[in-house]
Amino acid sequence: MSDETMTLFSPRLAARFDALILKYPLRRSALVPMLLYAQDEVGYLSDAVISEVAERIGITELEVRNVATYYSMLRFKPAGKYNVQVCTNISCMLRGAYEVYERFQEELGIAHKGITADGLFSLEEVECIGACCWAPAIQVNYEFHDELTPEHVPGILAGYRSKAGVPSDGSLSLGWKAGVPSDGSLSLGWKAQAEGNAPHA
Amino acid sequence: MADVTFIVDGKKLTAPAGTLLIDACRKAGIEIPAFCYYPGLSLQAACRMCVVRQEKVPKLQTACTTTVAEGQVFITESPEIAQARKSTIELLLGNHPLDCPVCDAGGECELQDMTFKYGAGESLYAEAKEHREEQQWSPAVYFDRPRCILCYRCIRMCGEGMDVWALGVQNRGVSSVIAPNGGDQLDCEQCGMCIDVCPVGALTSGSYRYKTRPWEMNHVSTVCTFCADGCKVTLGVRQVNDGSEIVRADNRDKSGINGDFLCAKGRFGFDFVESPERLTKPLVRNSQGKLEPATWEHALRFAASKLKEIRDSKGGASIGVIGSNRTTNEENYLLQKFARTVLQTNSIDHVRSTDYAALARALAGHNCKTASLRDIATAPAILLIGGNPTEEHPLLAWNLRTNVRLNRARLYIANTKPIKLERQAKAALRLPADGYQAIPAYLGGSDDTIKDTAFREAVLAEESLVVVFGQEYRGQAVESLVAWGLKRGPNSGSVRFAFLGDHANSRGAADMGLLPDLLPGYVPVTAPGAFQEYPGLPATPGKTLPEMFEAAGKGELGALLVVGANPVASLGVDPAALKNTFVIVQDLFLTETAALADVVFPAASLYEKSGTVTNTYGDVQLAKKAADRAGVKPDFEILVRLAGAMGVDVKTLVPFGKDGVTADLGQSRGAQAGEADRHAVWLAANNLEPRLSPFDPLAVLDEIERLVPGYTLDRINLFGGNDVRTEPGFVPITALKEAASALVAPAHDGLFTSGTLGRYSPALKELEQHQARELAESAAD
Ligand code: SF4
Ligand code: SF4
Ligand code: SF4
Ligand code: FES
Ligand code: FES
Repeated sequence: MSDETMTLFSPRLAARFDALILKYPLRRSALVPMLLYAQDEVGYLSDAVISEVAERIGITELEVRNVATYYSMLRFKPAGKYNVQVCTNISCMLRGAYEVYERFQEELGIAHKGITADGLFSLEEVECIGACCWAPAIQVNYEFHDELTPEHVPGILAGYRSKAGVPSDGSLSLGWKAGVPSDGSLSLGWKAQAEGNAPHA
Repeated sequence: MADVTFIVDGKKLTAPAGTLLIDACRKAGIEIPAFCYYPGLSLQAACRMCVVRQEKVPKLQTACTTTVAEGQVFITESPEIAQARKSTIELLLGNHPLDCPVCDAGGECELQDMTFKYGAGESLYAEAKEHREEQQWSPAVYFDRPRCILCYRCIRMCGEGMDVWALGVQNRGVSSVIAPNGGDQLDCEQCGMCIDVCPVGALTSGSYRYKTRPWEMNHVSTVCTFCADGCKVTLGVRQVNDGSEIVRADNRDKSGINGDFLCAKGRFGFDFVESPERLTKPLVRNSQGKLEPATWEHALRFAASKLKEIRDSKGGASIGVIGSNRTTNEENYLLQKFARTVLQTNSIDHVRSTDYAALARALAGHNCKTASLRDIATAPAILLIGGNPTEEHPLLAWNLRTNVRLNRARLYIANTKPIKLERQAKAALRLPADGYQAIPAYLGGSDDTIKDTAFREAVLAEESLVVVFGQEYRGQAVESLVAWGLKRGPNSGSVRFAFLGDHANSRGAADMGLLPDLLPGYVPVTAPGAFQEYPGLPATPGKTLPEMFEAAGKGELGALLVVGANPVASLGVDPAALKNTFVIVQDLFLTETAALADVVFPAASLYEKSGTVTNTYGDVQLAKKAADRAGVKPDFEILVRLAGAMGVDVKTLVPFGKDGVTADLGQSRGAQAGEADRHAVWLAANNLEPRLSPFDPLAVLDEIERLVPGYTLDRINLFGGNDVRTEPGFVPITALKEAASALVAPAHDGLFTSGTLGRYSPALKELEQHQARELAESAAD
């Protein structure tokens, strides 16, 4: 993709994509990593992201969707600012993952793939995240919290609330909104679409 | 590959090594059930229905991916296998609604048949079925998710077969779902191939759904009436009050020239026959100058007496005849014979979509130099110059794609603009705007305006080549191109040609002599050869179509007979030109031309009559009467009745009855003096019985075979529903001269248009609008 072309992505990510595509014998092999990186930066795979990724690789948007919808880690609706992923696979399950997961649901008032009204948190039940030795484990964005009990849950959430500048009573300050990546329209979009579930749920 | 021998169910079979077991078995009459396997498409091995036991292999194997090798031993039916298949069906029925009673596919559904055979009607899966509402993806394609068994045939057909790639699969596991490219809409060629290959009722067709049950239809295989490729099409017809109605078009037994294929026009466009605007009564202009319905008898008598009067008072030369490029060969032949022998005029022409006469001239005396549509599906190398087959010749495009995909054929494309088929091309040459003329010189090495020498070298390196060229070539240019090819190859297969034209039978129109200077088989009117037996054949060339209208404008055209053509609209003729001409039109609709006529006869469509048609490659096929419409008559019958009403002895036009044409007892003078009835002699020599009805087009087919050079047809195959070849090379080289200024007007019909017929097809109109909307939407994004 040439420099003049409009891109959704940061210059760094755009450059990374340019290199990634040339790395494989087949351009489309770059698809899955590109989708992951794009999701990390934009928050989710919007129509615009899908269309730009398709164009960069030279495949149809349909093909991008065929692949993207296969993976449950890729999402098509915005997640909360902090996406709480609770592992309930065997090791974690045996060590009480479901109690932890239930506590998250109670504290946040949302269920699987839900998102809190303020857009701060979303919750997901996920497959093994590779932290079995310290089960039960969760992942919040890219941070791990392990060897959990339900009692840990309020503290973890409070930690993120204060990180986002939200008072612990839950009343919303403007602090964290300023931290939302890229343009304001995107953050509005997040909230507008926040109720929906993932397409294949 | 070398043949190997292996054993299936105790039977010794032989097949080339590497053949898929499923194919080898089918050839030997051993049916192995399969949902995902589809011949010609990539292997999917998704459904596990085809499992078989192979000796010394621990697990059941999929016959659709197992290739045969020497000494293998297979079992295809056993309790173990039946159990495995039964479980597979139970799994496939996991989400299935079992709504066969209301499903379009009921009665011809592979899943239904297999469930019947293996008795797995009840699914043992306890999970709730995932239901989704049916979706309409386009006017042509509907999707019922719950019936889908995820065989991926549709995806592969659309992608590999059509090169459209409009279908995909989303999500995974039990929630996998087939998805169209436009979110909830299909932005594609609307060919309906996906519907055709779907083994169940998940993809259904907008025009057929919920109309009837398969066993309530009669199935008649005939020839598509739209483009010049001439697909074989099976029409599903049902009795209705005023005749019989076509409810479906497909290629049911996948036989014929097109195998699996049909495009949107062939599949959905048949509804023009049911158009409320269809003419069903003759119209005669009354004293107030208005067209009003009349009886056949009155209209025929009136038209005949006027024609006779004008011929007798002003001479035959003052009458013009315009034929059709969608009527049958027999009708075209009869029309020119009627024009020349009854009306006494050579002023007969048709709206020419390409210059077939130039091809005949170029090939005269050189046999085996044309390529059939089948040849194009197997030729090792093809050079395509001009044209855009994807839009204008969908079957040709399909054959080219298939040949490249399955046989690694090498496709070379020379065009002034980029065309979609370049995606399959080994090399593409972009020509300057006027570049077509230079091609023969470029290929011959004596042109330096086209710089790309690598393309030429690649083409010249091919030992055998089929050259397919478009309507960009006319007259001298056709001859130069063919001359290059004839010079090139020492053997008969080296270079063969195919020339593209439009409409179902424009090749037949030219072959049958709807030309002012040429008789059937491109025999010049000035040197009539076999046609000497025509009584009173005028010896000078008549007027071309533009000349007829010019004469009409000057008040010199007494009468004009137009059959299945709309020159007023297609050539932009000024309607005022015809005000002093007595005009007779035979057509399906009140076209711009028919609206000017004094007498209009309601004609049958190709689907409502029998006869032969010739596609643009020279493949002749038999069209069979499928539907019926009260009030209309085939053009053949209209012409015979018109001649009869003029007092002509019909036997001189149509050789029917025990006595043949004319039993000359040696009393006449002239060319045939003292001769026996030539037609009767020919029939006897060919072991044929005379036809008994003057309305039997096959009587004229006999005469065509007897008199028209190049039309010696393989009857067994023709009547068996196969395409047979004509041989334009049999046209005698003598006396073929450059034609008079001929007006060639290519139609450039696209995927959803087809001259007059397309205009009256609601289905094609709807598809066109749908695709225009999709285009606008994707442009807006
Ligand atoms: S109608 Fe034809 S082009 Fe459209 S999705 Fe089906 S197979 Fe593909
Ligand atoms: S829609 Fe039909 S052809 Fe396509 S995957 Fe489903 S069952 Fe197969
Ligand atoms: S329009 Fe042409 S390609 Fe389409 S079905 Fe008819 S003959 Fe075949
Ligand atoms: S099972 Fe939970 S991290 Fe592996
Ligand atoms: S036909 Fe062999 S697996 Fe489907």
